[in-house]
Amino acid sequence: MRVYADNAATTAVSDAAVAAMLPCFQEFYGNPSSLHTIGQRAAEKLSVARQIFAQRLNCDPSEITFTSGGSEADNQALRSAAAAGAKKGRKHIISTEFEHHAILHTLERLEKEGFEITLLKIPKSGVISPEQVREALRPDTCLVSIMFANNEIGTIQPISEIGRLCREAGVPFHTDAVQAAGHLPIDVRNMNIDLLSLSAHKFHGPKGVGVLYARKGCIPLVNVIYGGAQERGKRAGTENIPGIVGSAAAFDEACANMEKNALKMTALRDKLIDGLTKISHSILNGERERRLPGNVNLCFEGIEGESLLLLLDQEGVCASSGSACTSGSLDPSHVLLALGLPHEVAHGSLRLSLSEYNTEEEIDHILAVTPGIVEYLRNISPVWDELEHGQRKHII
Amino acid sequence: MLYSEKVMDHFQNPRNVGKMDDADGVGEVGNAKCGDIMRMYIKVDKDTQTISDVKFNTFGCGSAIATSSMATEMIKGKPVTDALALSNKAVVEALDGLPAYKLHCSVLAEQAVKAAVKDYYDKNGITYGKELNICDHDCEHCAGE
Repeated sequence: MRVYADNAATTAVSDAAVAAMLPCFQEFYGNPSSLHTIGQRAAEKLSVARQIFAQRLNCDPSEITFTSGGSEADNQALRSAAAAGAKKGRKHIISTEFEHHAILHTLERLEKEGFEITLLKIPKSGVISPEQVREALRPDTCLVSIMFANNEIGTIQPISEIGRLCREAGVPFHTDAVQAAGHLPIDVRNMNIDLLSLSAHKFHGPKGVGVLYARKGCIPLVNVIYGGAQERGKRAGTENIPGIVGSAAAFDEACANMEKNALKMTALRDKLIDGLTKISHSILNGERERRLPGNVNLCFEGIEGESLLLLLDQEGVCASSGSACTSGSLDPSHVLLALGLPHEVAHGSLRLSLSEYNTEEEIDHILAVTPGIVEYLRNISPVWDELEHGQRKHII
Repeated sequence: MLYSEKVMDHFQNPRNVGKMDDADGVGEVGNAKCGDIMRMYIKVDKDTQTISDVKFNTFGCGSAIATSSMATEMIKGKPVTDALALSNKAVVEALDGLPAYKLHCSVLAEQAVKAAVKDYYDKNGITYGKELNICDHDCEHCAGE
């Protein structure tokens, strides 16, 4: 049995999305900027796709820009807000410690260019409080960027409240909704969101397509990619019609089935959490309730994540971890470290992220194989040995 | 496949896992920061100066477990001087190779063996030269190779 439990990394493209994309390769292949019929048929597809996103997010189609993915949308949102702020002499930006690297590394770049960045600390619950944002706001703040839901620990942030207080303060508010879009209801108008990024391959759309929503009249968008006049001159490049059409179909479907999917995934997720936390010296990262329907993130004391993943893979389970070995750097996940977990505990993390395609049988399989694997690795581990013999204190 | 068959074998069926209460030498290297910790125990036959028994414990990734397992196999029953000469390259070769970004794990295995031998020498007042320089670098040093 192969169980795919890494949907936070990417998802399989849905049947509906594939069906929507196929005709775009050899039938609706025109360049939407061409005047002729073939081009205009493609332009029509593009327009319909744009309408779908606008309708589902509750905004105007002219506020939707298609990009190559979430990372590009994040870059454009941040750069645009920063540029608008700089013009007014406001060069302070508020974000959080556990944002995705597309946000953090762009902020690092902005800092080098003279902006002051405040990264809010994450409480153990993994949920930022609006109070933290309020306290950090300054007269020279030009942007607040808080992710809708965290990709590693799945915790959901109080976006509406933060949006309201930013609107009252007159500060543009951006949210990286890459993990949330398609899984949690998003209404940009009612939630006072000024800028939003999302990525299709997280909700059963194809890779290579993202959306940047930017509220009209808030701030002007600054180009990340210069060139032709596509996307109202804000994002050059011939539009990826198959990708965009597939993404719209996937988003439409995900939003239509959101409640049903969430119910199913939450039940499976909770069964996993209940079962896996029975393993001794384990901890769920981030609070239990306010988390994405499919996200489970745990630490098992005394073992390391990559070896855990390898053995799970041998048993057919595809998951991910926040250990250093899996991140390609020497530090474990910055998100887990931001929660205050010590290095050796953060190395022993496991993230399982479900989709509506997972079944109860698959959950049972994960529950059946994981305890044995943890035990096996603990038997080899000198850290576990020290923990059990009191030479090292148990942290969880 | 990320790892060779030999690596997977040593990872899933590691040789010589365990502790030794009466070890002649114990070496521990690595740290929680970089996510790899290896501890090696050796028993030395004083007459023949060979490693009569070896055990290890490892906290770390697949490469870490596999390289420490292979290292114990390579020194068991061999003269102590052979253990001194053990190179991480030899361990990697014996495992049919490791991905480039995992090579630093094999360095740790070599260091664990040397640390155990050093401990044995220290306990028995045997002098040694620079070949037993146990690294105290930050992990960046090896990971950068």
